Parts: sequence; C-alpha cells; structure tokens
Amino acid sequence: MTILIGYVDTPEGEAALETGLAEARLRGADVIVVNSPRRGAPVDDDMISAAQVQRVLERAKRADVAAEVRQPLHDDDLPDTFEALVLETGADLVVVGVRHRSPVGKLILGSDAQRILLEASVPVLAVKA
Amino acid sequence: MDIHAFLDGFALVVQPGNLLYCLIGVLIGMLIGVLPGLGPAATIAILLPITYGIDPVSALIMLAGIYYGAQYGGTITSVLLRLPGEASSVVTVFDGFALAKQGRAGTALGVAAIGSFVGATIAILGLTFLAPFVAGFALDFGPPEYAALALLGVLLVATIGNGNVLKSLVAAALGLLLATVGRDSFTGAGRFTFDSLQLSDGIDFVVVAMGLFGVGEILYNLEERHGKPHVPAAVANVWPSRKDLREASGAIGRGSAIGFGLGVLPGGGAVLASLAAYAAEKRRAKNPERFGRGAIEGVAAPETANNAAATSSFIPLLTLGIPANASMAMLFGALLILGITPGPQLVNERPDLFWGVINSMYIGNLILLVLSIPLVGLFVRILRIRPAILAPITGLITVLGVYTINNSTFDIFVMVAFGVIGYLMKKTGFEPGPLVLAFVLGQLVESSARRSLVIFGGDPTGFVTRPISGAILALLVVVVLWPVLTRLLRRVRPAAAPVVEQRPADTRPKENVR
Repeated sequence: MTILIGYVDTPEGEAALETGLAEARLRGADVIVVNSPRRGAPVDDDMISAAQVQRVLERAKRADVAAEVRQPLHDDDLPDTFEALVLETGADLVVVGVRHRSPVGKLILGSDAQRILLEASVPVLAVKA
Repeated sequence: MDIHAFLDGFALVVQPGNLLYCLIGVLIGMLIGVLPGLGPAATIAILLPITYGIDPVSALIMLAGIYYGAQYGGTITSVLLRLPGEASSVVTVFDGFALAKQGRAGTALGVAAIGSFVGATIAILGLTFLAPFVAGFALDFGPPEYAALALLGVLLVATIGNGNVLKSLVAAALGLLLATVGRDSFTGAGRFTFDSLQLSDGIDFVVVAMGLFGVGEILYNLEERHGKPHVPAAVANVWPSRKDLREASGAIGRGSAIGFGLGVLPGGGAVLASLAAYAAEKRRAKNPERFGRGAIEGVAAPETANNAAATSSFIPLLTLGIPANASMAMLFGALLILGITPGPQLVNERPDLFWGVINSMYIGNLILLVLSIPLVGLFVRILRIRPAILAPITGLITVLGVYTINNSTFDIFVMVAFGVIGYLMKKTGFEPGPLVLAFVLGQLVESSARRSLVIFGGDPTGFVTRPISGAILALLVVVVLWPVLTRLLRRVRPAAAPVVEQRPADTRPKENVR
C-alpha cells in the first residue's frame, strides 16, 4: 500500500504531512511525499530545499513510516502530475492540504486542491490547517 | 576641467525628475541583471523608444543606470542560485556560490556590493578627470583620425571581445556590409536597396539592435529550458566582517584598476574586465586552490572590475563618440535619435548632458549600494516569473516600440528578420555584439574615410602622413599582426611555449559556464 502526500512548506502542507503520516502508520502503508515545482521558472517558492527534504524524511522515520520524497516538475496542470504519480506508484490514497479561497480568487486562479479532489482516480483525504 | 559645468551637472542630477529617472534606470538595471538571459544591451534596445518623449539628459541618465545597475543585479543570482544573471557575473559564480554553500551568502553579497560601489566610484572619479582631457585632445581630430579610430574600434571589438575571433570578425564584416545599405551620402546612388523606397534611407540602427538583441534574445531564451528550479540560499548577516573586508580590500583595489583600464578599451567592457580581474587575482594568490572554494577575493575582484569597467567605458563614448561595447553602441544610438552627436564637442556643446550623465553615476551607485542588499529577497522573487510569461510581454513592448520610431510597419518586419538572424547567430555561436558595433562604426568609418579622401584630393597616403591617424593606423597593424607574431615566436622559441599555454588553461572553465 502506498499513500501520496502533497507537501509544500505552509501550514496546510504541514497538516497534510501530519495526517498523511498518521494514516500511513494506521494502515501500515508506505508514503511518497510529493513536492512539485513548476517547470520553467528559475526559482519556485513552493519547492523545498535538500535540508527540508531531510527534515521530512526524519519526521517519517520518527513516525515509523517508510517514506520517499519526489519532486517532479509540473507544467500548468498540477492535478495531472498527481494522477500520473498515482498510476505510476499504484497509490491508493492521496492526502492534500486545503485552504480557503474566495469565489473570485477561485474564478481567476482556480483551485488545484479541488481538481485533485474531483479528478483523482483514488480516494482523496483533504486536511485543513 | 570646467568646475562650474561640473557643479551645474550635479544641480541637474538632483532635480527630482532626474533623480526619479536615475532610480528607475538602476532599478530596471538590477531587475534585468537578476533575470538570466536579458542583458543590458537588449534592455536598452527594447526601452529605447520610450526615451523619445523625455528630455535627452533624463533619458541618458536612465539608460546609463540600466547598464551599470545590471552589473549589481547579476551578482545576486550568481551567489544565491549559481545562475549568472549577466555575462559579467559568470566568474562570480565559482566563489560566490561556494560561499553561499558555507552559509556566507550575505558576506559574499555584501562584499560584492561594497566592491562594486568602490570600483564604480573610483572609475567615475577617473571619468570625471580624464574625460574632459581626452575630449580636449580629440578636438584636434579630423575625419582621417576618426576613420582610423573607428576602424581600430571595429577590429578591436572583433578580436578582443569574448568568443571566437573568426566568428566575431565575420559578424563585424556583416555589420559593415549592412551599414552600406541605403543611399550613398556623397553621390546619392542607391546601394543594396533593391529598388525599395524603405531601404533607400538605410537600415535604422535601432531596428537592427532591437531585432538582434531584443527579439533574438527572447527567441533564444524561449528555447532554453532552465532545467530544475533552484532553491535560493538563505541570506543572513549581510555586513561583512572586518576580516573579510581586509581580505577583499586588495582585490577591490586591483579590480578597480583592471576594470577601469579594460573598460576604456574598445571591445572591452564589463565582461572582459570581470574575467581578467578574476584571473589576475588567482594568479597572484599565494594558494590559488582556495579559489572556487569560497575565496572572498574571487567575488570582490570580478564584481569590482565589472562595475569599474561599466563606468569607464563611457569615456570613449562621451569623448570620442566611439562606443566601446554593445551596450555603449545602444547608448550611442539613443544619443543620435535624441539629436545629439556624441564626440569631443559634447563637453562644450552640451555640458549639461555630459556632466549630467557622469554625475548621475555618483548618485546612481549610491542608490544601488543602498538598494542592493535590502532588496535581495525581492529580486529573487522576480525569478519566479517564467520565460513563457516574460517573453510575450517583452515581445509586445519591442514590436510597439519599433513601430513608434517611424510609424512604419516595414520596420517591424525588418526587426523580426534581424531577430531571426540574431537567434540563429546565438545558436551557432556568433556574437551579435560585434555586428551591431560594426554597424554603428561602419557609418562613421565610411563617411570619415570619404570625407578625408575629399580633403586629401583622393590621395590615400594622407592617412599615413598625418601624425595621429598614422599612429592609430600603426596600432591597427600591430593588432592585426599580433596573433601572427606570437604564433611565430612560439614556433621559433619552443622553450617559451609552456608559459604562454598556461593562460588558455585558466580561461577554459570560465567559458564552459557561459
């Protein structure tokens, strides 16, 4: 069994990691932490550094869960990156953090979390910060 | 030196409007210094049209600010991301990023900013005292001297500039050829116009430059994919310690001198100066293996030198009317558009412009020193912009700008054509710089050469018998024969060969990064 956890360095990302690790221990599953920067730009704020990757792995170790961190690049479609990883790894649960987004903000910027919730082929666990 | 004109220049610079243009210029300069791919020459080319509406002094202050501001900006990405934002910051990557990995990114940035400021200020002082002197000397220049000097400029640009000498010469030759397009200014005969009315006035310099630098670089960058995004190194403790400063002070002093000297040379400028300063620092260090592993001198020397060179390359432009590098060629074009012919008369005819621009650099560098460190975080955030978003915006500005010059759609197509040429040149390793410079200087070479022939009554020996033009032409011969002579010498005296061959070994890793 494998669980995908979407992680960025925000309270929502932390919450997703926390809950995802707890869920993994409960199910006795492995964890793949996904931190996907956007392709093209020289710098991405959401990308975590090697030190942070190490910290995430240590947390998984403390939680007694086998984990790996993947940082695949995404183009305009983050949900597609998740779906591709689900198919590739045979994961059976995706954990994402969700946050408030106003209707106007959603209209303009869209919501990756919502699209993952609706489009993923496996159950999705949405966690609030 | 006319002290009153000098002080009047300051009065002009501190006018709120000009201060604002200075601020805008250096901010844009830093911005494009941070963005890899977009260089100062391209930015000045793209922004040239917006300067039409404003006062020439303000326009020049802003455009000059872009050039020297870019030298500051390039450091930031070199140190934090191992991604040189400017060609002139390529060597800073080695030691700057090594320092950042040791958690001393702040120190590297601080030393670079201080070095840049010191180097630039020393160079401006040199400019202040030397420029009027050179201009006074150049007042004796007639058409033959100008023809010889411009020819020397074309040749030096092609041979000293970075990259393959043969390819640079080819590009320069192409530039000279393009300069002949249009109606002959003496006889009125059409040359390479293909009976086109639009071509009979010749090809506009700005259109060529915007195409080669602007469109060409946009196309090239779109294709270049910047692999994986980076996580910038954390910046803490910007103020370098007293020990760091003491270690760097020698490098800053030598960097200023090297930068100032190389900036004045045609074909020199910031890129060459930073390479030379780094190499010099490495050669005289007691333990050169420190370089590349976080030697503070390795950041201080090139950063100081590129700012000093950026400043001193204004000397040939403002005093002789001969641009030393591609960015100066853009400023030369800007001056021509604004109705000012740069040359030795500038200091007397337009003292406001001459001293206004020079003195704005004192202020501009002060602004840069104050801004560069606190705004590091902001500038790194700008790198989140993807080329896919940046390119259409710059493309649109370029097309709009080129149209506004003559309200001519023909110009847009000429620009696009040169954009494609520029792109292909970059792809195949030709530098567009020599082409643009030769294009600018070509017109000068032709008109001065023919005017002098009229003066001499058609006798070409006049070039050699006049002392100044004769001396310049002798120098020209030396430049042409130098590579041949050194090669011959090496063959005759094989014992000397190892000494000579050490230098390419030094420069090779630098070229790989570019």
